[in-house]
Amino acid sequence: MDGSGTESGGGLRRKRLKVPVDDAALRELELGDIVFLDGVIYTGREGLYQRILGDGIEPPVPLREISNANFHCSPAASVNDDGTYNVGAVTATASFRFSKWLDAWFETSGCKLIIGKGGMSPEDYKTQLAPNGAVYLTTVGYGTGALLGRAIKRVVDVHWLEELGIAQAMWVLDVENFGPLIVESDFEGNSLFEQQNKLVNEKVEAAYEGLKPPALARYGETTNREDEVV
Amino acid sequence: MAMIKADAIEEAAYELTAKAAIEIPQDYRDGLRGMLKGEEAELSRFVLEAMLENYEAAEQDRRAMCADTGVPRFFVKAGNEAQIEGGFVELETRLRRALARATHDVPLRPNRVHPLSRKDNNNNVGIGAPEIDYTFEPGGNWVDITTVHKGGLFGSDYRMLFPGDGIDGIKRFFLDVMYEFGRRGLACQPAIVGVGLGGSKDIAMTLGKQAACLRTVGDRNPDQQVAALEDELKEMGNSIGMGPMGYVGSSMVVDCHIEVGCCHTGGMPISIHSFCLSSRRAVARLHGDGRIEYRTDPNWFTPYSRRESVEWTEAEQSLAVV
Repeated sequence: MDGSGTESGGGLRRKRLKVPVDDAALRELELGDIVFLDGVIYTGREGLYQRILGDGIEPPVPLREISNANFHCSPAASVNDDGTYNVGAVTATASFRFSKWLDAWFETSGCKLIIGKGGMSPEDYKTQLAPNGAVYLTTVGYGTGALLGRAIKRVVDVHWLEELGIAQAMWVLDVENFGPLIVESDFEGNSLFEQQNKLVNEKVEAAYEGLKPPALARYGETTNREDEVV
Repeated sequence: MAMIKADAIEEAAYELTAKAAIEIPQDYRDGLRGMLKGEEAELSRFVLEAMLENYEAAEQDRRAMCADTGVPRFFVKAGNEAQIEGGFVELETRLRRALARATHDVPLRPNRVHPLSRKDNNNNVGIGAPEIDYTFEPGGNWVDITTVHKGGLFGSDYRMLFPGDGIDGIKRFFLDVMYEFGRRGLACQPAIVGVGLGGSKDIAMTLGKQAACLRTVGDRNPDQQVAALEDELKEMGNSIGMGPMGYVGSSMVVDCHIEVGCCHTGGMPISIHSFCLSSRRAVARLHGDGRIEYRTDPNWFTPYSRRESVEWTEAEQSLAVV
Protein backbone atom coordinates (compact mmCIF):
# COMPACT_ATOMS: atom_id res chain seq x y z
CA MET A 1 0.00 0.00 0.00
CA ASP A 2 1.46 3.36 -1.00
CA GLY A 3 0.63 6.63 -2.67
CA SER A 4 0.18 4.94 -6.03
CA GLY A 5 -1.81 1.95 -4.78
CA THR A 6 -5.02 0.82 -6.42
CA GLU A 7 -6.68 -1.27 -3.70
CA SER A 8 -10.37 -0.86 -2.98
CA GLY A 9 -11.12 2.50 -1.58
CA GLY A 10 -10.30 3.42 -5.19
CA GLY A 11 -12.56 6.43 -4.81
CA LEU A 12 -10.39 7.80 -2.04
CA ARG A 13 -7.67 10.26 -3.09
CA ARG A 14 -4.08 9.31 -2.30
CA LYS A 15 -1.38 11.88 -1.66
CA ARG A 16 2.34 11.92 -0.95
CA LEU A 17 3.34 14.81 1.31
CA LYS A 18 6.85 16.12 1.91
CA VAL A 19 7.69 17.03 5.51
CA PRO A 20 8.20 19.78 6.57
CA VAL A 21 4.87 20.58 4.93
CA ASP A 22 3.96 23.97 3.46
CA ASP A 23 0.65 25.81 3.47
CA ALA A 24 -0.05 25.13 -0.19
CA ALA A 25 0.10 21.38 0.27
CA LEU A 26 -2.08 21.50 3.40
CA ARG A 27 -4.67 23.66 1.68
CA GLU A 28 -5.21 20.98 -0.96
CA LEU A 29 -6.02 18.22 1.51
CA GLU A 30 -9.63 17.11 1.75
CA LEU A 31 -11.28 15.12 4.53
CA GLY A 32 -10.87 11.40 3.88
CA ASP A 33 -7.78 11.74 1.67
CA ILE A 34 -5.24 8.98 2.21
CA VAL A 35 -1.81 10.46 2.93
CA PHE A 36 1.74 9.09 2.96
CA LEU A 37 4.62 11.18 4.34
CA ASP A 38 8.27 11.59 3.32
CA GLY A 39 10.73 13.43 5.53
CA VAL A 40 11.41 13.94 9.21
CA ILE A 41 8.77 13.68 11.93
CA TYR A 42 9.14 13.51 15.71
CA THR A 43 7.19 11.87 18.51
CA GLY A 44 5.83 13.89 21.40
CA ARG A 45 3.13 13.20 23.98
CA GLU A 46 2.36 14.06 27.63
CA GLY A 47 5.91 13.55 28.89
CA LEU A 48 7.41 15.93 26.32
CA TYR A 49 4.61 18.49 26.68
CA GLN A 50 4.93 18.48 30.47
CA ARG A 51 8.69 19.08 30.37
CA ILE A 52 8.66 21.79 27.73
CA LEU A 53 5.35 23.52 28.40
CA GLY A 54 4.63 22.55 32.01
CA ASP A 55 8.11 22.70 33.54
CA GLY A 56 9.42 25.36 31.19
CA ILE A 57 12.52 23.40 30.16
CA GLU A 58 14.11 24.40 26.84
CA PRO A 59 13.40 21.84 24.06
CA PRO A 60 16.40 19.53 23.53
CA VAL A 61 16.71 20.80 19.94
CA PRO A 62 15.19 23.77 18.10
CA LEU A 63 11.88 22.15 17.12
CA ARG A 64 11.13 24.35 14.11
CA GLU A 65 14.42 23.46 12.49
CA ILE A 66 13.79 19.72 12.74
CA SER A 67 10.26 19.30 11.49
CA ASN A 68 6.73 20.65 11.65
CA ALA A 69 5.08 17.26 12.11
CA ASN A 70 4.34 16.01 15.65
CA PHE A 71 3.39 12.35 16.00
CA HIS A 72 1.43 11.32 19.12
CA CYS A 73 3.31 8.08 19.41
CA SER A 74 5.25 5.68 21.58
CA PRO A 75 7.24 3.21 19.52
CA ALA A 76 7.75 -0.44 20.36
CA ALA A 77 11.49 0.06 20.52
CA SER A 78 14.58 -0.89 22.49
CA VAL A 79 18.07 0.46 22.96
CA ASN A 80 20.88 -1.94 22.05
CA ASP A 81 23.98 -2.35 24.21
CA ASP A 82 26.03 -0.40 21.66
CA GLY A 83 23.65 2.57 21.91
CA THR A 84 21.87 1.94 18.60
CA TYR A 85 18.10 1.64 18.44
CA ASN A 86 15.81 -1.17 17.43
CA VAL A 87 12.45 0.25 16.33
CA GLY A 88 9.81 -2.38 15.58
CA ALA A 89 6.25 -1.15 15.28
CA VAL A 90 5.03 2.42 15.63
CA THR A 91 1.42 3.39 16.21
CA ALA A 92 -0.30 6.42 17.64
CA THR A 93 -1.77 7.01 21.06
CA ALA A 94 -5.20 8.66 21.60
CA SER A 95 -4.80 12.38 20.93
CA PHE A 96 -7.81 13.84 22.74
CA ARG A 97 -5.82 13.71 25.99
CA PHE A 98 -3.41 16.38 24.76
CA SER A 99 -6.01 19.05 24.08
CA LYS A 100 -4.94 21.26 26.98
CA TRP A 101 -1.41 21.64 25.58
CA LEU A 102 -2.38 22.66 22.04
CA ASP A 103 -2.35 26.43 22.40
CA ALA A 104 1.11 26.69 23.92
CA TRP A 105 2.41 23.85 21.77
CA PHE A 106 1.65 25.57 18.46
CA GLU A 107 3.35 28.70 19.69
CA THR A 108 6.44 26.81 20.82
CA SER A 109 6.77 24.25 18.03
CA GLY A 110 5.30 25.89 14.93
CA CYS A 111 3.67 22.53 14.15
CA LYS A 112 1.54 22.19 11.01
CA LEU A 113 0.80 18.49 11.11
CA ILE A 114 -0.51 16.55 14.08
CA ILE A 115 -0.52 12.79 13.56
CA GLY A 116 -2.34 10.69 16.11
CA LYS A 117 -5.14 8.33 17.02
CA GLY A 118 -8.80 9.22 17.17
CA GLY A 119 -8.55 12.92 16.43
CA MET A 120 -9.25 15.95 18.59
CA SER A 121 -12.59 17.58 19.39
CA PRO A 122 -14.36 19.65 16.69
CA GLU A 123 -13.80 22.66 18.94
CA ASP A 124 -10.04 22.08 18.99
CA TYR A 125 -9.93 22.07 15.19
CA LYS A 126 -11.82 25.36 14.98
CA THR A 127 -10.06 27.18 17.80
CA GLN A 128 -6.55 25.69 17.72
CA LEU A 129 -5.54 23.77 14.60
CA ALA A 130 -7.16 25.85 11.87
CA PRO A 131 -6.09 29.25 13.30
CA ASN A 132 -2.53 27.90 13.46
CA GLY A 133 -2.68 26.59 9.90
CA ALA A 134 -2.43 22.98 11.05
CA VAL A 135 -4.25 19.82 9.99
CA TYR A 136 -4.74 16.51 11.77
CA LEU A 137 -3.90 13.17 10.17
CA THR A 138 -5.24 10.07 11.88
CA THR A 139 -3.50 6.72 11.81
CA VAL A 140 -5.62 3.85 10.49
CA GLY A 141 -7.18 0.89 12.28
CA TYR A 142 -5.95 1.04 14.84
CA GLY A 143 -3.18 0.45 14.21
CA THR A 144 -0.98 -0.37 11.29
CA GLY A 145 2.14 -0.56 13.46
CA ALA A 146 4.11 -2.79 11.13
CA LEU A 147 3.41 -0.72 7.99
CA LEU A 148 4.40 2.48 9.78
CA GLY A 149 7.46 0.87 11.37
CA ARG A 150 8.58 -0.38 7.98
CA ALA A 151 8.50 3.19 6.65
CA ILE A 152 11.14 4.41 9.10
CA LYS A 153 14.40 4.77 7.19
CA ARG A 154 16.47 5.93 10.11
CA VAL A 155 16.25 7.02 13.73
CA VAL A 156 17.80 10.48 13.46
CA ASP A 157 17.99 11.01 17.20
CA VAL A 158 16.29 10.26 20.51
CA HIS A 159 16.07 13.04 23.07
CA TRP A 160 15.41 12.80 26.80
CA LEU A 161 15.53 9.01 26.75
CA GLU A 162 16.84 8.97 30.31
CA GLU A 163 14.43 11.59 31.62
CA LEU A 164 11.27 10.28 29.94
CA GLY A 165 11.89 6.59 29.19
CA ILE A 166 11.53 4.76 25.88
CA ALA A 167 7.79 5.31 25.55
CA GLN A 168 7.73 9.06 26.24
CA ALA A 169 11.09 10.17 24.82
CA MET A 170 11.26 12.39 21.74
CA TRP A 171 12.07 10.12 18.79
CA VAL A 172 13.16 11.95 15.64
CA LEU A 173 12.40 9.71 12.68
CA ASP A 174 13.33 9.95 9.00
CA VAL A 175 10.43 8.32 7.13
CA GLU A 176 9.57 7.35 3.57
CA ASN A 177 6.08 6.53 2.30
CA PHE A 178 4.89 6.68 5.92
CA GLY A 179 1.24 5.70 6.00
CA PRO A 180 -1.54 5.14 5.41
CA LEU A 181 -2.89 8.18 7.26
CA ILE A 182 -6.34 9.72 6.79
CA VAL A 183 -7.01 13.45 6.66
CA GLU A 184 -9.21 13.96 9.71
CA SER A 185 -9.24 17.76 9.93
CA ASP A 186 -8.71 20.12 7.01
CA PHE A 187 -7.30 23.63 6.68
CA GLU A 188 -10.70 25.13 7.62
CA GLY A 189 -11.01 22.98 10.74
CA ASN A 190 -13.69 20.59 9.46
CA SER A 191 -13.67 17.08 10.95
CA LEU A 192 -14.25 13.73 9.28
CA PHE A 193 -15.08 12.04 12.61
CA GLU A 194 -17.67 14.73 13.29
CA GLN A 195 -19.27 14.21 9.89
CA GLN A 196 -19.32 10.42 10.26
CA ASN A 197 -20.66 10.71 13.81
CA LYS A 198 -23.62 12.71 12.55
CA LEU A 199 -24.47 9.96 10.08
CA VAL A 200 -24.11 7.25 12.73
CA ASN A 201 -26.27 9.25 15.13
CA GLU A 202 -29.20 9.17 12.72
CA LYS A 203 -29.73 5.52 13.66
CA VAL A 204 -28.96 5.54 17.38
CA GLU A 205 -32.48 5.83 18.74
CA ALA A 206 -33.73 3.12 16.39
CA ALA A 207 -31.08 0.71 17.71
CA TYR A 208 -32.49 1.03 21.25
CA GLU A 209 -36.13 0.93 20.23
CA GLY A 210 -38.26 -1.49 22.24
CA LEU A 211 -35.57 -2.22 24.86
CA LYS A 212 -36.80 -1.25 28.31
CA PRO A 213 -34.44 0.76 30.52
CA PRO A 214 -32.70 -1.00 33.43
CA ALA A 215 -34.25 -0.93 36.92
CA LEU A 216 -31.32 0.97 38.42
CA ALA A 217 -29.82 3.97 36.63
CA ARG A 218 -26.17 4.91 36.94
CA TYR A 219 -25.28 7.89 39.06
CA GLY A 220 -24.68 10.97 36.94
CA GLU A 221 -25.08 9.06 33.68
CA THR A 222 -25.72 10.91 30.47
CA THR A 223 -28.99 10.24 28.72
CA ASN A 224 -27.99 11.70 25.38
CA ARG A 225 -26.69 8.88 23.21
CA GLU A 226 -25.39 11.27 20.61
CA ASP A 227 -22.79 12.53 23.07
CA GLU A 228 -19.21 11.46 22.66
CA VAL A 229 -17.09 10.52 25.65
CA VAL A 230 -14.06 12.28 24.13
CA MET B 1 7.28 -39.24 36.22
CA ALA B 2 9.32 -36.88 34.02
CA MET B 3 9.37 -33.21 35.04
CA ILE B 4 8.38 -30.32 32.81
CA LYS B 5 11.70 -28.46 32.63
CA ALA B 6 12.00 -24.89 33.84
CA ASP B 7 14.24 -24.03 30.86
CA ALA B 8 11.54 -25.28 28.49
CA ILE B 9 8.98 -23.04 30.20
CA GLU B 10 11.19 -19.99 29.72
CA GLU B 11 11.94 -20.88 26.12
CA ALA B 12 8.26 -21.39 25.30
CA ALA B 13 7.15 -18.21 27.07
CA TYR B 14 9.81 -16.18 25.20
CA GLU B 15 8.74 -17.67 21.87
CA LEU B 16 5.04 -17.13 22.67
CA THR B 17 5.62 -13.49 23.49
CA ALA B 18 7.16 -12.90 20.06
CA LYS B 19 4.54 -14.98 18.26
CA ALA B 20 1.63 -13.16 19.91
CA ALA B 21 3.07 -9.74 19.06
CA ILE B 22 3.85 -10.60 15.42
CA GLU B 23 1.45 -13.28 14.14
CA ILE B 24 -2.28 -12.54 14.08
CA PRO B 25 -4.20 -15.77 14.86
CA GLN B 26 -5.66 -17.33 11.71
CA ASP B 27 -9.21 -17.46 13.12
CA TYR B 28 -9.20 -13.70 13.66
CA ARG B 29 -7.65 -13.00 10.25
CA ASP B 30 -10.31 -15.16 8.57
CA GLY B 31 -12.99 -13.41 10.61
CA LEU B 32 -11.77 -10.02 9.46
CA ARG B 33 -11.71 -11.14 5.82
CA GLY B 34 -15.32 -12.21 6.29
CA MET B 35 -16.18 -8.75 7.62
CA LEU B 36 -14.53 -7.14 4.58
CA LYS B 37 -16.74 -9.21 2.27
CA GLY B 38 -19.84 -7.81 3.94
CA GLU B 39 -18.61 -4.24 4.32
CA GLU B 40 -19.91 -1.74 1.78
CA ALA B 41 -18.75 1.63 3.12
CA GLU B 42 -15.64 2.86 1.35
CA LEU B 43 -13.72 4.27 4.33
CA SER B 44 -14.50 1.23 6.45
CA ARG B 45 -13.34 -1.07 3.65
CA PHE B 46 -10.12 0.90 3.39
CA VAL B 47 -9.42 0.46 7.11
CA LEU B 48 -10.04 -3.31 7.00
CA GLU B 49 -7.77 -3.73 3.96
CA ALA B 50 -5.02 -1.70 5.60
CA MET B 51 -5.21 -3.93 8.69
CA LEU B 52 -5.02 -7.12 6.61
CA GLU B 53 -1.98 -5.72 4.83
CA ASN B 54 -0.47 -4.76 8.18
CA TYR B 55 -0.64 -8.39 9.39
CA GLU B 56 1.37 -9.44 6.35
CA ALA B 57 3.95 -6.71 6.91
CA ALA B 58 4.34 -7.79 10.54
CA GLU B 59 5.00 -11.40 9.58
CA GLN B 60 7.32 -10.53 6.69
CA ASP B 61 9.42 -8.17 8.80
CA ARG B 62 9.05 -10.12 12.06
CA ARG B 63 8.01 -6.90 13.76
CA ALA B 64 5.11 -6.30 16.18
CA MET B 65 1.80 -5.71 14.36
CA CYS B 66 0.90 -2.82 16.65
CA ALA B 67 3.22 -0.60 18.68
CA ASP B 68 0.80 -0.65 21.59
CA THR B 69 1.78 -4.15 22.55
CA GLY B 70 -0.74 -3.97 25.35
CA VAL B 71 -0.25 -5.33 28.83
CA PRO B 72 1.25 -8.79 28.21
CA ARG B 73 -0.03 -11.45 30.59
CA PHE B 74 -0.17 -15.23 30.97
CA PHE B 75 -2.86 -17.84 31.45
CA VAL B 76 -1.61 -21.15 32.79
CA LYS B 77 -3.57 -24.36 32.65
CA ALA B 78 -2.07 -27.38 34.36
CA GLY B 79 -3.04 -30.98 33.86
CA ASN B 80 -3.82 -32.53 37.23
CA GLU B 81 -0.64 -34.60 37.13
CA ALA B 82 1.69 -31.83 36.00
CA GLN B 83 5.12 -32.01 37.60
CA ILE B 84 7.03 -28.80 37.16
CA GLU B 85 10.74 -28.54 37.85
CA GLY B 86 11.06 -26.10 40.74
CA GLY B 87 7.29 -25.93 41.14
CA PHE B 88 5.00 -23.01 40.37
CA VAL B 89 7.26 -20.45 41.99
CA GLU B 90 9.94 -21.38 39.44
CA LEU B 91 7.35 -21.27 36.66
CA GLU B 92 6.39 -17.73 37.61
CA THR B 93 10.02 -16.64 37.73
CA ARG B 94 10.60 -18.09 34.26
CA LEU B 95 7.52 -16.34 32.82
CA ARG B 96 8.70 -13.00 34.21
CA ARG B 97 12.23 -13.56 32.93
CA ALA B 98 10.99 -14.54 29.45
CA LEU B 99 8.77 -11.47 29.21
CA ALA B 100 11.52 -9.10 30.28
CA ARG B 101 13.91 -10.54 27.68
CA ALA B 102 11.32 -10.62 24.88
CA THR B 103 10.27 -7.03 25.64
CA HIS B 104 13.81 -5.94 24.73
CA ASP B 105 14.37 -8.36 21.85
CA VAL B 106 11.10 -8.25 19.84
CA PRO B 107 10.85 -5.33 20.86
CA LEU B 108 7.59 -4.73 22.71
CA ARG B 109 6.73 -1.33 24.07
CA PRO B 110 7.52 -1.24 27.80
CA ASN B 111 3.96 -0.31 28.74
CA ARG B 112 3.87 -1.21 32.41
CA VAL B 113 4.38 1.62 34.87
CA HIS B 114 3.60 2.15 38.56
CA PRO B 115 0.09 3.69 38.65
CA LEU B 116 1.10 6.66 40.81
CA SER B 117 4.82 7.28 40.38
CA ARG B 118 4.60 6.26 36.67
CA LYS B 119 7.98 4.60 37.06
CA ASP B 120 8.72 2.29 34.10
CA ASN B 121 11.00 -0.71 34.62
CA ASN B 122 11.31 -0.82 30.80
CA ASN B 123 10.60 -4.56 30.70
CA ASN B 124 6.83 -4.98 31.24
CA VAL B 125 7.53 -6.61 34.62
CA GLY B 126 6.62 -5.10 37.98
CA ILE B 127 4.16 -5.30 40.85
CA GLY B 128 1.41 -7.67 39.72
CA ALA B 129 2.76 -7.62 36.17
CA PRO B 130 2.48 -9.81 34.21
CA GLU B 131 -0.80 -11.13 35.64
CA ILE B 132 -0.80 -14.92 35.73
CA ASP B 133 -4.19 -16.68 35.85
CA TYR B 134 -4.43 -20.38 36.63
CA THR B 135 -6.84 -23.16 35.91
CA PHE B 136 -6.65 -26.94 36.10
CA GLU B 137 -7.82 -29.86 34.03
CA PRO B 138 -8.23 -33.50 35.07
CA GLY B 139 -5.39 -35.85 34.13
CA GLY B 140 -2.13 -35.36 32.30
CA ASN B 141 1.46 -34.32 32.93
CA TRP B 142 1.35 -31.18 30.83
CA VAL B 143 0.96 -27.46 31.19
CA ASP B 144 -0.60 -25.02 28.71
CA ILE B 145 0.83 -21.51 28.65
CA THR B 146 -1.18 -18.85 26.86
CA THR B 147 -0.03 -15.29 26.44
CA VAL B 148 -2.39 -12.46 25.57
CA HIS B 149 -1.35 -8.93 24.61
CA LYS B 150 -4.44 -6.81 24.97
CA GLY B 151 -4.59 -3.04 24.84
CA GLY B 152 -5.71 -1.57 28.10
CA LEU B 153 -7.64 1.68 27.81
CA PHE B 154 -10.94 1.47 25.94
CA GLY B 155 -13.77 -0.89 25.08
CA SER B 156 -14.52 -2.52 28.43
CA ASP B 157 -17.20 -1.77 30.98
CA TYR B 158 -19.02 -3.35 33.93
CA ARG B 159 -22.56 -2.93 35.23
CA MET B 160 -24.77 -4.52 37.86
CA LEU B 161 -28.03 -5.42 36.18
CA PHE B 162 -30.98 -7.06 37.92
CA PRO B 163 -32.98 -10.16 37.00
CA GLY B 164 -35.95 -8.07 35.86
CA ASP B 165 -33.72 -6.22 33.37
CA GLY B 166 -33.45 -9.49 31.47
CA ILE B 167 -32.24 -9.80 27.90
CA ASP B 168 -33.31 -6.19 27.23
CA GLY B 169 -30.86 -5.01 29.88
CA ILE B 170 -28.04 -7.05 28.39
CA LYS B 171 -28.75 -5.73 24.90
CA ARG B 172 -28.91 -2.12 26.02
CA PHE B 173 -25.64 -2.37 27.88
CA PHE B 174 -24.07 -4.06 24.87
CA LEU B 175 -25.24 -1.19 22.64
CA ASP B 176 -23.97 1.35 25.18
CA VAL B 177 -20.47 -0.12 24.98
CA MET B 178 -20.56 -0.31 21.15
CA TYR B 179 -21.47 3.37 20.86
CA GLU B 180 -19.41 4.69 23.75
CA PHE B 181 -16.11 3.16 22.67
CA GLY B 182 -16.85 2.65 18.98
CA ARG B 183 -16.88 6.33 18.13
CA ARG B 184 -13.55 7.39 16.59
CA GLY B 185 -12.57 3.73 16.89
CA LEU B 186 -11.37 3.98 20.47
CA ALA B 187 -12.09 0.26 20.90
CA CYS B 188 -9.98 -0.51 17.78
CA GLN B 189 -12.92 -2.45 16.35
CA PRO B 190 -14.02 -4.74 14.76
CA ALA B 191 -13.30 -6.72 17.89
CA ILE B 192 -13.91 -10.07 19.46
CA VAL B 193 -16.41 -8.94 22.06
CA GLY B 194 -16.45 -10.93 25.26
CA VAL B 195 -19.36 -10.84 27.68
CA GLY B 196 -19.07 -12.01 31.28
CA LEU B 197 -22.47 -12.71 32.74
CA GLY B 198 -22.95 -13.61 36.39
CA GLY B 199 -20.49 -14.75 39.02
CA SER B 200 -19.36 -12.33 41.70
CA LYS B 201 -18.61 -8.82 40.43
CA ASP B 202 -14.91 -9.49 39.96
CA ILE B 203 -15.64 -12.83 38.31
CA ALA B 204 -18.08 -11.15 35.90
CA MET B 205 -15.12 -9.00 34.81
CA THR B 206 -12.77 -11.97 34.60
CA LEU B 207 -15.21 -14.13 32.63
CA GLY B 208 -15.78 -11.37 30.08
CA LYS B 209 -12.06 -10.78 29.60
CA GLN B 210 -11.43 -14.49 29.19
CA ALA B 211 -14.40 -14.87 26.81
CA ALA B 212 -12.89 -12.15 24.59
CA CYS B 213 -9.27 -13.28 24.76
CA LEU B 214 -9.32 -17.04 25.20
CA ARG B 215 -11.92 -18.25 22.70
CA THR B 216 -11.51 -18.31 18.92
CA VAL B 217 -13.64 -16.71 16.22
CA GLY B 218 -16.46 -19.08 15.26
CA ASP B 219 -16.54 -20.88 18.61
CA ARG B 220 -19.94 -21.14 20.34
CA ASN B 221 -20.87 -21.70 23.97
CA PRO B 222 -22.18 -25.27 24.44
CA ASP B 223 -25.26 -23.94 26.26
CA GLN B 224 -27.72 -23.36 23.42
CA GLN B 225 -29.48 -20.45 25.08
CA VAL B 226 -26.12 -18.71 25.59
CA ALA B 227 -25.02 -19.55 22.05
CA ALA B 228 -28.21 -18.03 20.62
CA LEU B 229 -27.53 -14.83 22.55
CA GLU B 230 -23.95 -14.77 21.20
CA ASP B 231 -25.34 -14.85 17.66
CA GLU B 232 -27.93 -12.22 18.45
CA LEU B 233 -25.49 -9.75 20.04
CA LYS B 234 -23.00 -10.17 17.19
CA GLU B 235 -25.70 -9.47 14.64
CA MET B 236 -26.95 -6.48 16.64
CA GLY B 237 -23.47 -4.96 16.96
CA ASN B 238 -22.94 -5.22 13.23
CA SER B 239 -26.24 -3.57 12.36
CA ILE B 240 -25.97 -0.26 14.22
CA GLY B 241 -24.46 1.49 11.20
CA MET B 242 -20.97 1.92 12.61
CA GLY B 243 -17.72 0.31 11.52
CA PRO B 244 -13.97 0.58 12.09
CA MET B 245 -12.74 3.92 13.48
CA GLY B 246 -16.38 4.88 14.12
CA TYR B 247 -16.90 5.52 10.42
CA VAL B 248 -20.19 4.56 8.81
CA GLY B 249 -20.10 0.82 8.22
CA SER B 250 -21.21 -2.60 9.35
CA SER B 251 -18.05 -4.08 10.89
CA MET B 252 -18.04 -3.86 14.68
CA VAL B 253 -18.04 -7.41 16.02
CA VAL B 254 -15.87 -10.14 14.49
CA ASP B 255 -17.45 -12.50 16.99
CA CYS B 256 -19.24 -12.41 20.33
CA HIS B 257 -18.43 -14.83 23.14
CA ILE B 258 -20.41 -15.10 26.35
CA GLU B 259 -19.29 -16.93 29.48
CA VAL B 260 -21.62 -17.36 32.42
CA GLY B 261 -21.15 -18.07 36.12
CA CYS B 262 -23.81 -18.52 38.78
CA CYS B 263 -24.51 -15.26 40.59
CA HIS B 264 -26.46 -13.85 43.55
CA THR B 265 -30.18 -14.49 43.13
CA GLY B 266 -30.91 -10.76 43.30
CA GLY B 267 -28.51 -9.63 40.59
CA MET B 268 -27.14 -10.13 37.09
CA PRO B 269 -23.66 -8.58 36.90
CA ILE B 270 -22.34 -8.10 33.39
CA SER B 271 -19.05 -7.06 31.83
CA ILE B 272 -18.14 -6.41 28.21
CA HIS B 273 -14.62 -6.46 26.74
CA SER B 274 -13.33 -5.74 23.25
CA PHE B 275 -10.32 -7.67 21.94
CA CYS B 276 -9.08 -5.38 19.20
CA LEU B 277 -7.87 -5.38 15.59
CA SER B 278 -4.63 -6.76 17.02
CA SER B 279 -6.19 -9.71 18.86
CA ARG B 280 -2.92 -11.18 20.07
CA ARG B 281 -2.83 -14.61 21.69
CA ALA B 282 -0.48 -17.55 21.41
CA VAL B 283 -0.43 -20.90 23.19
CA ALA B 284 2.08 -23.64 23.92
CA ARG B 285 1.57 -27.05 25.50
CA LEU B 286 4.60 -28.38 27.36
CA HIS B 287 4.65 -32.12 27.97
CA GLY B 288 6.53 -34.04 30.64
CA ASP B 289 8.51 -35.81 27.90
CA GLY B 290 9.94 -32.49 26.66
CA ARG B 291 7.71 -31.87 23.65
CA ILE B 292 6.44 -28.31 23.05
CA GLU B 293 3.45 -27.79 20.74
CA TYR B 294 2.44 -24.30 19.61
CA ARG B 295 -1.12 -23.31 18.69
CA THR B 296 -3.47 -20.30 18.84
CA ASP B 297 -6.58 -21.79 20.50
CA PRO B 298 -6.18 -21.59 24.30
CA ASN B 299 -8.97 -24.15 24.82
CA TRP B 300 -9.39 -22.45 28.20
CA PHE B 301 -13.07 -23.23 28.69
CA THR B 302 -13.83 -26.95 28.85
CA PRO B 303 -16.62 -29.21 30.12
CA TYR B 304 -14.62 -29.44 33.36
CA SER B 305 -14.26 -25.67 33.79
CA ARG B 306 -17.95 -25.16 33.00
CA ARG B 307 -19.19 -28.04 35.17
CA GLU B 308 -22.40 -27.58 37.15
CA SER B 309 -22.37 -30.66 39.37
CA VAL B 310 -20.91 -31.25 42.82
CA GLU B 311 -18.89 -34.27 41.71
CA TRP B 312 -16.86 -34.75 38.56
CA THR B 313 -18.53 -38.02 37.44
CA GLU B 314 -17.38 -40.59 34.92
CA ALA B 315 -20.14 -39.59 32.50
CA GLU B 316 -18.90 -36.02 32.53
CA GLN B 317 -15.28 -37.09 32.28
CA SER B 318 -16.02 -38.91 29.04
CA LEU B 319 -16.86 -35.52 27.51
CA ALA B 320 -13.79 -33.78 28.82
CA VAL B 321 -11.09 -32.47 26.51
CA VAL B 322 -7.59 -33.11 27.82
